[in-house]
Amino acid sequence: MSAKDSNQNIDNKITQPESTGRRDALKTLATVPVLGAMAYGVYKKKKHEHSNKIGSTLFNFDTDPAIIERQTDGKTIRLGIIGFGIRGSQLMQALGFATPQYVEDLKMQASNDPRNTRYQDFMEQEDLNIVVNGVCDIFEVYAKDAAMAGANRKREGVNGKFDKIPTIYKHYKELLSAQDIDAVIIAAPDHWHGTMVIDAVNAGKHVYVEKPLTWTVPETYLVADAVRKSDVVFQLGHQGRQIEINHRAKDIIQKGLIGDVTLVEASTNRNDPNGAWVYAIHPEANPSTIDWKQFEGHPRRIKEYTDYMTSSGVAKYMGPDSRDKFSLERFFRWRCWWDYSTGLSGDLLTHEYDAMNHILDLGIPASATSSGGVYFFKDGRTVPDVLQTTFEFPDRNLSFLYTATLASQFNRPRKIMGTDATIELGSSLNVTIDGASQRYKEKIEQGVIKPGEPFYRYASGKSIDALSSATEMYFAERGLLFSYVKGKRYNTTFLHLREWLECIRQNKQPSCGIEQAFEEAIAAHMGTRAYLEGRTMYWDKDKQIITRG
Amino acid sequence: MIRKNVYSRSQLTWLVILRILIGWYFMYEGLAKIFNPNWSSYPYLLDSKGIFAPIFITLTDYPFLMDVVNYVNMYGLTVIGLCMILGCFVSVANIGAIGLLSLYYLSHPPLIGVLYLIPPEGSYLWVDKNLVMLGAVLVQHFFPSSHQIGFDRYIFRRKQKQ
Repeated sequence: MSAKDSNQNIDNKITQPESTGRRDALKTLATVPVLGAMAYGVYKKKKHEHSNKIGSTLFNFDTDPAIIERQTDGKTIRLGIIGFGIRGSQLMQALGFATPQYVEDLKMQASNDPRNTRYQDFMEQEDLNIVVNGVCDIFEVYAKDAAMAGANRKREGVNGKFDKIPTIYKHYKELLSAQDIDAVIIAAPDHWHGTMVIDAVNAGKHVYVEKPLTWTVPETYLVADAVRKSDVVFQLGHQGRQIEINHRAKDIIQKGLIGDVTLVEASTNRNDPNGAWVYAIHPEANPSTIDWKQFEGHPRRIKEYTDYMTSSGVAKYMGPDSRDKFSLERFFRWRCWWDYSTGLSGDLLTHEYDAMNHILDLGIPASATSSGGVYFFKDGRTVPDVLQTTFEFPDRNLSFLYTATLASQFNRPRKIMGTDATIELGSSLNVTIDGASQRYKEKIEQGVIKPGEPFYRYASGKSIDALSSATEMYFAERGLLFSYVKGKRYNTTFLHLREWLECIRQNKQPSCGIEQAFEEAIAAHMGTRAYLEGRTMYWDKDKQIITRG
Repeated sequence: MIRKNVYSRSQLTWLVILRILIGWYFMYEGLAKIFNPNWSSYPYLLDSKGIFAPIFITLTDYPFLMDVVNYVNMYGLTVIGLCMILGCFVSVANIGAIGLLSLYYLSHPPLIGVLYLIPPEGSYLWVDKNLVMLGAVLVQHFFPSSHQIGFDRYIFRRKQKQ
């Protein structure tokens, strides 16, 4: 009997013959074996991926990035701001203080483009329990802006309610003698950093100063002395100390996972006038709105500078304008001239040096060699726009190469090259195992580790291993995917300032204190002098001075 | 009403094989997500393009909705695939598959000049693999095979009166 016949059976009883019933069961269950194949396949795949998981077992870390705990009953810190130019205003924004116009602009950006979250981010920024009681800038317009920002504690737009307007001081020393200020933020041009720090510390104010620490070598010792002897809380503005992938790199190296490090590479790549310090000149800037006399510099610093430049035979790099001649260009674009800055060395090399100093505990190099020149921005500047500086650490058996150009934006990650592996630090951390590694030889032979390909990746608070999808890795590279610390996105400048403030309240040592600052300053000055004099400069550890060898 | 299609042997064979292949595809997609502790549809949604992109992207702002989306994808894909393989409630599974595939297609439409962060392999002009799969599922919906080969044969057997 066929199946068809049985269906047409008008008999009321169930009379399907057994063979049909069995055929029925077969046809019902025909596809079940496919599930068996699926289960087997999934098991095999999991086993294969498990061997790829070696990455996360080899590179296993207990600690996750953390930020300093806020004291719940901490006292309100009363701030004074010295310098409200580009960086000064950025520092204040990081603290939650911005001019009403700036806030208004953020609001407009958000309404024009719903995906622009800058206004939301700014408003959601943690309240750091601070007030701004005094501001000082020698350009009237910036001083007024600083005051408006300082009064804008509630982060309002143009028609908002403002707090008491902070006092505007014409001279920074007056600000330092104010009784209603506990701590100062110094964002004046480089040639004033050291002097202002010394004065602030002597006035008993806690200090956050922008990098570089100093403009001349002699003042470096004076600043270090003054801060060491005092008990103020001092932090140098290397917010790179808050970058979590750098912390992870430090862990990796301390665990010996990359072997002996012999070469470190860090770079600067920029390719636009703004990046080359050709800043806009404010239309309201003129001799009556700018206190040029104050801008010139402290007489003792100027003497230190002039003495060094003339005695070393590099007086040609001074000027060319004389210091007392009013110049809008030199006021706004001061970093282009040795008269006010140390160029790439003080501005950008210091960031790279401090980052590597943090990761590798480098200290002060034994020697520095530099070369470069003004190769692109031939606009009358005296500082180079292309610079290479090599620092030697014979005690550590390693060299550190800093390479910079302001005429190319090509992205070069920082590299720490060890005998067993290399760490690359870009927007994420990548570890590539070395094909000739002895430590990982077995795993390479087993095929578990593929040399030459990134083996371990870490970005924004998460380890990314072989099980992560291509999507996750792709997004992490662009800093788009994961949040940073404990699920929150943070700005590193904000974290660095926050750390300083909490150290003030809790009497702790911040991550970029005077010792780290002194090391950064000396290393940068060695590089600067090596460039100016065209020779290797050495550090005499016993006498603690920079010498010509 | 159960439509009783009459297929030749080879027609039935390949309809069933197609159903198994589609089912396997869906089921493994689902299982891979379940077994990956880090998986989330978050990056995929963020990368949406086209006129419906704002809706998909706004979803990512709501953690509760994200949980729902993730569960629906992980377990929906798995169950749909399982049902297709076993030939069990396939018409329901088909509708689920059509729903998910439509969402994927609308979230990542292969429009001219549109670039995705993860570029799909192949070159597409308005018709991509999601759309083809959608077509295949629709075909198998109107050419059911599970009432002949599969659990639906048992589930939807004509009840014999006592």
